Amino acid sequence: MVLGARDSALGSSGSGAPVLPQARIGAVDLTAFYGSFAAVKNVTLGFESNRVHALIGPSGCGKSTFLRTMNRLHEVVGGHVTGQVLLDDENIYGAKVSLTQLRRRVGMVFQRPTPFPTMSIYQNVAAGLKVEKRASRSETDAVVERALRQAGLWEEVKDRLKASATALSGGQQQRLCIARTIAPKPEVVLLDEPTASLDPQGTQRIEELLFDLKKDYTIVIVTHNMQQAARVSDTTSFFYLGTMVETGPTKQIFTAPTAERTEAYITGRFG
Amino acid sequence: MNRIAWRRWKGRIMVGLMIGAVIVAVTPLVLILSTLVIKGAGSINFAFFTRMPAPAGETGGGVAHAIVGTLMIVGTACLMGLPIGIGAGMFAAEFPKNRLAVIARFVADVMNGTPSIVVGVSAWTLIVAQQKHFSGFAGSAALAMLMVPMVMRTTEEMIKLVPHSLREAALALGYPRWRTSLSVVVRTCLPGIVTGSLLAIARVAGETAPLLFTALGSQFMSRDLGQPMAALPLVVYTYATGPYDDWHRIAWATALVLILVVLVLSIAARLATRRRF
Repeated sequence: MVLGARDSALGSSGSGAPVLPQARIGAVDLTAFYGSFAAVKNVTLGFESNRVHALIGPSGCGKSTFLRTMNRLHEVVGGHVTGQVLLDDENIYGAKVSLTQLRRRVGMVFQRPTPFPTMSIYQNVAAGLKVEKRASRSETDAVVERALRQAGLWEEVKDRLKASATALSGGQQQRLCIARTIAPKPEVVLLDEPTASLDPQGTQRIEELLFDLKKDYTIVIVTHNMQQAARVSDTTSFFYLGTMVETGPTKQIFTAPTAERTEAYITGRFG
Repeated sequence: MNRIAWRRWKGRIMVGLMIGAVIVAVTPLVLILSTLVIKGAGSINFAFFTRMPAPAGETGGGVAHAIVGTLMIVGTACLMGLPIGIGAGMFAAEFPKNRLAVIARFVADVMNGTPSIVVGVSAWTLIVAQQKHFSGFAGSAALAMLMVPMVMRTTEEMIKLVPHSLREAALALGYPRWRTSLSVVVRTCLPGIVTGSLLAIARVAGETAPLLFTALGSQFMSRDLGQPMAALPLVVYTYATGPYDDWHRIAWATALVLILVVLVLSIAARLATRRRF
């Protein structure tokens, strides 16, 4: 409701009952295009609060594209969508939605660490805070510390907050990016293969982090790594060729999938 | 074994050819610089920078008027050329397919290849002929016309080098587009833009042709951009072709000063790039 406009009760599609009960964020009949090519086709999928949701599937199945429709970053590369994405039952593709407001509520962490090279560690974490209003120095200090602690990076960098962010290792940079993402207290955190460029140790730290983060956030993670999905997520959705084939509790998806495609993929027969 | 020996020989031959090419490329540069130092260094002293030229026929005197003139003309050219060039470069990089950007890019490329004397004549037509007198400002305008396409293209290229992922990271934090562009993208490639600007300044500081038709040159100290003005390249041009030995001496010394100015600017440009991350 803070998106800048109450674009009617689009969440209920005008009929009364919400389309995605209990979902913090979710898509309703969402199709995402690059030009005329539909990378994601008619997906309806909701994500509950305080859970980790994994999106799995072979390369090019549309899972990253789907993730990027939820903070409207898909448009930045020239794509467009039909259908809706509901955040607290409000369509984020509504005409009057403020992108700044939306992206403050739906944060994102990318495949490769993207610290701002001209900024210090401190400035990187504080980067998202100054977007709306100017916070006082002590407020900012507190938020930066909280974010770095939550991201499990505080002990490693507390003595060199003014150092350049590019001096950190890849795994530290990725945790810095997570700190930067959660500093403005978003509701939803989207992670696009956040461990793809990290070594096993860095990967493990991020995975442990997700357990802590889900206490405060709704987490959606795209991963290539099925073991990772099995380890970290509460629910898993399997994407194939742009369609969402199956979704359910992670345990069920990995032990007793209903769709043949899903079973073939998780048992390693293709993909 | 034979093949490996042959490869090693091929490698040596290629390295030898490349060293030869470097020697051919650097030799003229060394010759020019050493000639300048031999013929010009002897005439450079404190008075050379602070005194006005001596009357024709007398020895001594300096080029203070031309140093002031060059600083004022090039400084004013920067005030006009850099904001326009950098702004146009940012526009072209942010909206690469925009029709206006496509046209501007094409025009800039054409102008980068245009002989500077043509730019001088253009400035003469647009400003000198209208005002009916030469002026330092017309010189600045001509130099600015030369700077804009250079600065625009380097700015654009520098911005395009910034990874798209950085832009997306800023947008994902809720940065509006203008802020993403200014405080993340341009910030990141600022050293590159500074380098491009310094190189453009170094390039136009030594331009003679555009100033001949515009600033004209002057024997007097002039701090008025509305009047004809002296400049270092013009001093070289006038004095080197003059009849007096003392003038030739001053021309050599002035040429040396010009080269040094360009050298200093180029080194500054290098330093600015090196402190990138």
